[in-house]
Amino acid sequence: MQRRQALSALAGLTALSLTTTTRLLAAPAAKSRLLIVFLRGGYDACSLLVPVASSYYYASRPDIAIARPSSDLSSASPLSVDWGLHPALRDSLYPYFKNRELAFVPFSGTHDLSRSHFETQDSMELGQALEGHKSYGSGFMNRLATVLTGSTPMAFTDQLPLVFQGGAKVPNTGLRSLAKPSVDARQSGIIASMYQGTPMGAQVSEGFSVRDEVMREMAAEMDAASRKAITAKGFELEARRIARLMKDSYNLGFVDVGGWDTHVNQGAANGYLANRLDELGLGLAAFAQEMGAAWRDTTVVVMSEFGRTFRQNGNRGTDHGHGSVFWVMGGSVKGNQIAGEQVRVEQATLFQNRDLPVLNEYRAVLGGLLQRQYALSLSQIDTVFPGAKPRDLGLL
Amino acid sequence: MPVLRLASVLLVAALAGCAAPLDSGVSAYPPASTDAYAQVNRITWGATPAAVARLQAMGLRAYVADQLHPGHEAGLPAEVQAQIDAMTIAQRPLVDLVQEMEQRRKDAEANTDDEAKKAGQRAYQAEMNRLAREAAARHLLRALYSPHQVQQEMAWFWLNHFSVHQAKSNLRALVGDYEETAIRPHALGKFRDLLGAVVQHPAMLRYLDNEQNAAGRVNENFARELMELHTLGVDAGYSQHDVQELARVLTGVGVNLRHNNPGLRKELQGFYVRRGLFEFNPARHDFAAKELLGQPIRSRGLGELEEALDRLARSPATARFICRKLMSFWLTDEPPLALLQAMVQTFERSEGDIAKTLEVLFMSPEFSRAEQQKLKDPVRFVVSAVRLAYDEKPVLNVGPMLNWINRMGEPLYGRATPDGYSLQSAAWASPGQLSTRFEVAKAIGSGSAGLFRTEGPQAQERAAFPQLANALYYQSIIKTLAPATLNALEQAASPQEWNAFLLSSPEMMRR
Repeated sequence: MQRRQALSALAGLTALSLTTTTRLLAAPAAKSRLLIVFLRGGYDACSLLVPVASSYYYASRPDIAIARPSSDLSSASPLSVDWGLHPALRDSLYPYFKNRELAFVPFSGTHDLSRSHFETQDSMELGQALEGHKSYGSGFMNRLATVLTGSTPMAFTDQLPLVFQGGAKVPNTGLRSLAKPSVDARQSGIIASMYQGTPMGAQVSEGFSVRDEVMREMAAEMDAASRKAITAKGFELEARRIARLMKDSYNLGFVDVGGWDTHVNQGAANGYLANRLDELGLGLAAFAQEMGAAWRDTTVVVMSEFGRTFRQNGNRGTDHGHGSVFWVMGGSVKGNQIAGEQVRVEQATLFQNRDLPVLNEYRAVLGGLLQRQYALSLSQIDTVFPGAKPRDLGLL
Repeated sequence: MPVLRLASVLLVAALAGCAAPLDSGVSAYPPASTDAYAQVNRITWGATPAAVARLQAMGLRAYVADQLHPGHEAGLPAEVQAQIDAMTIAQRPLVDLVQEMEQRRKDAEANTDDEAKKAGQRAYQAEMNRLAREAAARHLLRALYSPHQVQQEMAWFWLNHFSVHQAKSNLRALVGDYEETAIRPHALGKFRDLLGAVVQHPAMLRYLDNEQNAAGRVNENFARELMELHTLGVDAGYSQHDVQELARVLTGVGVNLRHNNPGLRKELQGFYVRRGLFEFNPARHDFAAKELLGQPIRSRGLGELEEALDRLARSPATARFICRKLMSFWLTDEPPLALLQAMVQTFERSEGDIAKTLEVLFMSPEFSRAEQQKLKDPVRFVVSAVRLAYDEKPVLNVGPMLNWINRMGEPLYGRATPDGYSLQSAAWASPGQLSTRFEVAKAIGSGSAGLFRTEGPQAQERAAFPQLANALYYQSIIKTLAPATLNALEQAASPQEWNAFLLSSPEMMRR
């Protein structure tokens, strides 16, 4: 913590980027990498991880259920006797599951009950206990960055998300669309000089150095694009760019993906939600591929603020619910398993007779995962997730 | 083109060699005080030489009173009004426009030939995009040139408070009308009137799925956001039960794009309401007894909604929630508690009179005294820069401004979630945001960003170099700049670069 602050001060004084400084001066950088993918809007977990053994599931979703595994390509892919995977992921991510690099944690989420997207997202990104004093403006990824020696965090978003706000200065860069900068090096230096010693000084110099780094990493891609070569689109393109930066320069990443709030006509094996899952699956597979040898030391966690109602609503969609399913993927992940505490999915086990329950609280799950990945001490875990009791689900 | 080039050459020649490009000798206005500059910067979308002169001539109290009670005249310069009048959204009544677009969509779908179908769909999408862009352009033209600046700012504020996303369904054809008929007329009026207009506008009913909400097939999306985001605020103590009850109140409140009204049983006919595209369909309404926030709802039919909105608008939680947001928009993220309390009291006593509530804020010593605290959001950054650069000389094309605003992540009608963009300064202070902002500053400062080049086949271009080194700069802005900023300006190698540095300075990031 003190070391980190000393580094920040140094970075401010020399107008060097914090990340560069850290890489130059810190102890050998932690080799392993972590990317959090946040699905904003509360994705419908029951369509991703299908409770194929539950006849109540099929009774509750006459129009939007995913069929039990069969030879039909629009049916779920078998994961275990109880669970199947949405067919949109059959070609992209199902192979990773079979290859033991992808696991799912059903019944996960927060005990926050507001069912508000914004409050629940904020509360999850803060990663603090629901009761008692909260420190607003301190997200759990930021605290993780402070406890890890040699962490090089980066938010792959246009604005800095709450999860990365806090004591450590974290840069951000949206990668959905890229344009060549026009402010040149001399002008950048003069602009930065106006901010030196002001509250925004570190952000300004960080912004310039990240911009330069992104341009260096993406030079080949932009060159290919200018020759009109076919490139990836949407989240797949974004995920490949993230991988290029994480492979070389950043070991803690965050990206968010929107469009999951499916109140109306969400579809089943095909349709709106299937398209979203397809794009996400292609992106995660592309990320793994682009990481190359570094994939071995990389973990990806996909999470969302809550699940959706177990029953379909009046518009062949689903409303805000409770329990969700987290995904854990990576070269060293103990995949091919459905992890964590579970119950049979039937009417009697629904939470408030409406949603999947939360049996695997996210702070405990993520805390357990981080403990394995970084060999963090209990007090370090407590810094990241104050008051949480980490639970090792055997995912790493 | 030759004229433009000549003008640039003359300017560059006049300015060459000096760090500060223009001489302060020529000005149509009396000398500007730094106090007046700071006040105008805080009250309007951004200080201009003309606005500072107006405030100085009128005095703060009269200026504020004029801003809070703008009357019904648009008051736009004729040239700007003509740009707006030429828009499809200004010429076509909403019902006609929406029905025609709906027909075009259906015609495209009905094509049996694949190529013709694709072409029809593309043409439909292009027209929908154009309609939404017209609405956004109109919004910016008003922000730039309306004498009623506070009204325009509050129109943005309420659009953001009652945020809708144009990408959903046919909202691109609706957002212009939403802003024009539901938001702007009530922007400085009574909160309850504003709420009522928003809740019955098809843009909002579509966006939050309430047109799908019917007895036995309840959709609670709108009910929840109506309490959480629009009135009470998230920690106001309402329950999941209240959400469900309000959702039942809202059953049958929807949208009808057709000419015809539905056939109804005789006993329901008296409850039916149709106003343009808005429809209350009693056959879809849940008439069973309801209770909201611990009190029964006594009306029946659409009256239930009015009763529920009365209750929400009058709640002390709503007064606190709205006043806190107003404070954050206008002055600071850390509200002085006494001032906040005074605003809340005024809001409650005046039954949600927005102008009266703002008057308390604008006339408070904190408002005039405060240091620059608020970081400009992208819309304000762009609008204030163009206002300062061109004063009352209207741009011919706001397209570049729309692109800059999009690039910085705050497109109009483009917030993906119903909570609206953050009003907190910290939300716009990230490294990525700032480096993009400097790119935009450079584009505006260059004077060749396309603001004075019309679109279309007979594109015209006018010479218009941004006059940032104007009398206002020498009389007052310069006194507000830190030594580091002045030092940077001295290093400018050209007037364009000088402009870029000024717009990139810490002082121009805040209001």
